[in-house]
Amino acid sequence: MAARHKSVETKFYEDRDRVLKALRNCDRRTFLKISAATMGAVMAKGLMPPHTFQLVEMANAAVEKGSSGVGASGSAPFRFAYISDSHLYERTLNQRFVRSIVKAVDDVNALDPQPDFVLYGGDLAQLGAPAQLEQGKQILSAVKAPVKMMVGEHDWFLDMGEKWQEMFGPPTYSFDWKGVHVVVLMSVYEKDFWTARKMTPEERMQTVAGLDNAVQSRFEVGEKQREWLKQDLAKVPSTTPIVVFSHSPLYKYYRNWNFWTDDADEVQAILKPYDKVTVIHGHTHQMLQNQIGNISFYGMLSTAWPWPYAPEGLPALTIQMNRADPFDQFDGCGDGQATARADGLVDTVYNLWDRNPVTVKADYLVSRGKTDQPPAPQFASY
Amino acid sequence: MSGRRLTVVVLIAAGIAICVGHAARATMPPPKPGPLAEPKSAHQTGFPEQLYKFGVPSDNPQTPAKVALGKALFFDARLSVDNTVSCANCHDPDKGFTDQLPTSMGVHAKFGQRNAPTILNSTFNIAQFWDGRRPTLEDQARDPILNPIEMGMPDQQTVVTKLGSIPEYQKQFNAVFGSAPNYDNLVKAIASYERTQIAFDSPFDRFIAGDEKALTAQQKRGWAIFNGQGRCMSCHGWNPTRPLFTDDRFHNIGVSAHSAKFVPHARQALALLSQAAGPEQIDRLAISTDISEVGRFLVSKQPHDIGAFRTMGLRNLFVTEPYFHDGSQATIWDTLDHYNKGGVQNPFLDGGIVPLGLSEQQEDDLAAFLMSLTSERDMGRAKTEYERQFKISRTTRPQRDTAAAMGLKGSKGPGFGGPFGDIGPGESAMQENPASLGGD
Repeated sequence: MAARHKSVETKFYEDRDRVLKALRNCDRRTFLKISAATMGAVMAKGLMPPHTFQLVEMANAAVEKGSSGVGASGSAPFRFAYISDSHLYERTLNQRFVRSIVKAVDDVNALDPQPDFVLYGGDLAQLGAPAQLEQGKQILSAVKAPVKMMVGEHDWFLDMGEKWQEMFGPPTYSFDWKGVHVVVLMSVYEKDFWTARKMTPEERMQTVAGLDNAVQSRFEVGEKQREWLKQDLAKVPSTTPIVVFSHSPLYKYYRNWNFWTDDADEVQAILKPYDKVTVIHGHTHQMLQNQIGNISFYGMLSTAWPWPYAPEGLPALTIQMNRADPFDQFDGCGDGQATARADGLVDTVYNLWDRNPVTVKADYLVSRGKTDQPPAPQFASY
Repeated sequence: MSGRRLTVVVLIAAGIAICVGHAARATMPPPKPGPLAEPKSAHQTGFPEQLYKFGVPSDNPQTPAKVALGKALFFDARLSVDNTVSCANCHDPDKGFTDQLPTSMGVHAKFGQRNAPTILNSTFNIAQFWDGRRPTLEDQARDPILNPIEMGMPDQQTVVTKLGSIPEYQKQFNAVFGSAPNYDNLVKAIASYERTQIAFDSPFDRFIAGDEKALTAQQKRGWAIFNGQGRCMSCHGWNPTRPLFTDDRFHNIGVSAHSAKFVPHARQALALLSQAAGPEQIDRLAISTDISEVGRFLVSKQPHDIGAFRTMGLRNLFVTEPYFHDGSQATIWDTLDHYNKGGVQNPFLDGGIVPLGLSEQQEDDLAAFLMSLTSERDMGRAKTEYERQFKISRTTRPQRDTAAAMGLKGSKGPGFGGPFGDIGPGESAMQENPASLGGD
């Protein structure tokens, strides 16, 4: 065959043919093992050009490094999914966000095998109204797996969390799951800015709902809750993997948009003694990852809309997503899954709607980007 | 072409259509090349010359002899197992290089799952077939010849042996390629001929080139809707550099969701393909089984591609009916109704498909605009078809769902319409920015 330029399509087919030919006679388990090993080898070399053939099952396969069987810390691997930041208006006012959250519920219900539980990442309502919260609860009741609720600022600041707690219970709690200690924080408390200004509840809620608004305070976990966290972790050995669910990022990314937790340093200090800590947070509506000391941070996607990247403070490790198509209400949005591995680290899959899913492994974050880098657009980090 | 010849062609086309309609099980005779089969001139208003050059592969340059050989092959039914089907059966120049059937019929009167796309302007496609499973015209030509329900040849060697036994082809292949016929050169020749079938020179192209009077007032309104409330431009993108009315991407617009078995088929397809399927198996799945409805997913295996098909160009629509990947919509008004109501809801529906809130008048304007994308050469036949579809559209609109289009239905809630539609009735299009509340 005469040497000719090979199109992306052709290369894709050649890669795919090569992989599939080799696996033609395997049973399913061997197939997954071999493909995992192949994928591992390829990723270890840092060779993951976007057009290379990747089996979709790889994203969901449980056969990963250190995740088969029970690990040294005594934890068994498990999967959970998340839906986050739905920002619902009443059904009569805005159908777009209803359509999106329903799509996320469909996604999660279609997962096979089903996840152990589904995290709701906060901001179920847009303006904290009872009708919005009720609607969200009704939609989430269709989720087959158990749902763990987390609160966001849009749910809280109309009535300071009264309706939320009535419907979903305390905003701060913890539980143990298959050897992992899971903490759910209420990380969007704000110091009182509304009383002096004589704001109505609606005005307070509208203020918190905005960006670039210097009137509202920065998010914080707060001293009382930090004390609670210390007490909660007092009984947890340092070898136990910790997963923290939080709405605000628990680090300082961009102050003006409240992509920020004021007492992040104190919270991180409380988590420092632990070997394996993963924070999964909402609020930022974008592909966002970071590693600070012993803590891996994954930002969740929103179902409602994507935020652009802030003009400064973007963590260098973040696998960026390029800008969303304004005509496509799903672009840049989505939901996701995570695998808590036997070794205590957490891998995540960003299920971007209308785009290919992106897997970000803990090894990538823990190695500070030296291994397992997922395919990413070639943007300069800033 | 003279008016009389035109009439004859129209009558023949109509005759064939009627024959097929009444005797669908009989194999159609392979068409003979007429004036519309000739290579087209590059001197057409709106022809993107640089883009065209870019699409000609370096190992298959255009030469008149190669094009002539390709044309001979294109019309030669001996490329099929029983000598009844040529490329032109499904891609008939007199029918806009389609067969104007919902899905195509191959050897032994077997029907496939997909509507035959037009060869016109196909050289500009970023990938071939509705699911983009082949990157170039050369690669596309390999598949139908060997597909059991299209041309039915058992393997490449049989094709090559058959061609090699024909002295005329021996001579021509030798003259063009310097060797005996082989499969690679066969597809190169066919692709070369296909590359000569370009169709621009429409009233719209002349309008863009500066002729204000080339479009009627109604067509200009349609053009405004195309860019605005209709949201057409977002996928059927046009720009002067790439004037093809497609974004070359794959979108689930809800056509495959007409079938209730759609989602289970997606899971079945994933299971099938994980057992190692090559391009031939995908091709067979695409054409001959129900799995065909998962579309691009068969190629990319990405969940967002389930039920997604390639955005087709919009030129010469009134000679390439019926529409969509399964040919399920008989008139342009049916397609417009489909989009107007926000497609058919399914878990994989593209995020850009939303109810549009277009009125009847606006749909008529859009249809008139689409008529203006017809090349001059095809204008006579297109006008006839436009009149025919217009007449049908006054009384028969199976896809119309005005309540859904206006957002009055189901989960779409009450009140809709307009570019900011889903904010709801009675609200101003721009909300007050909450960030400005209580500001310092």
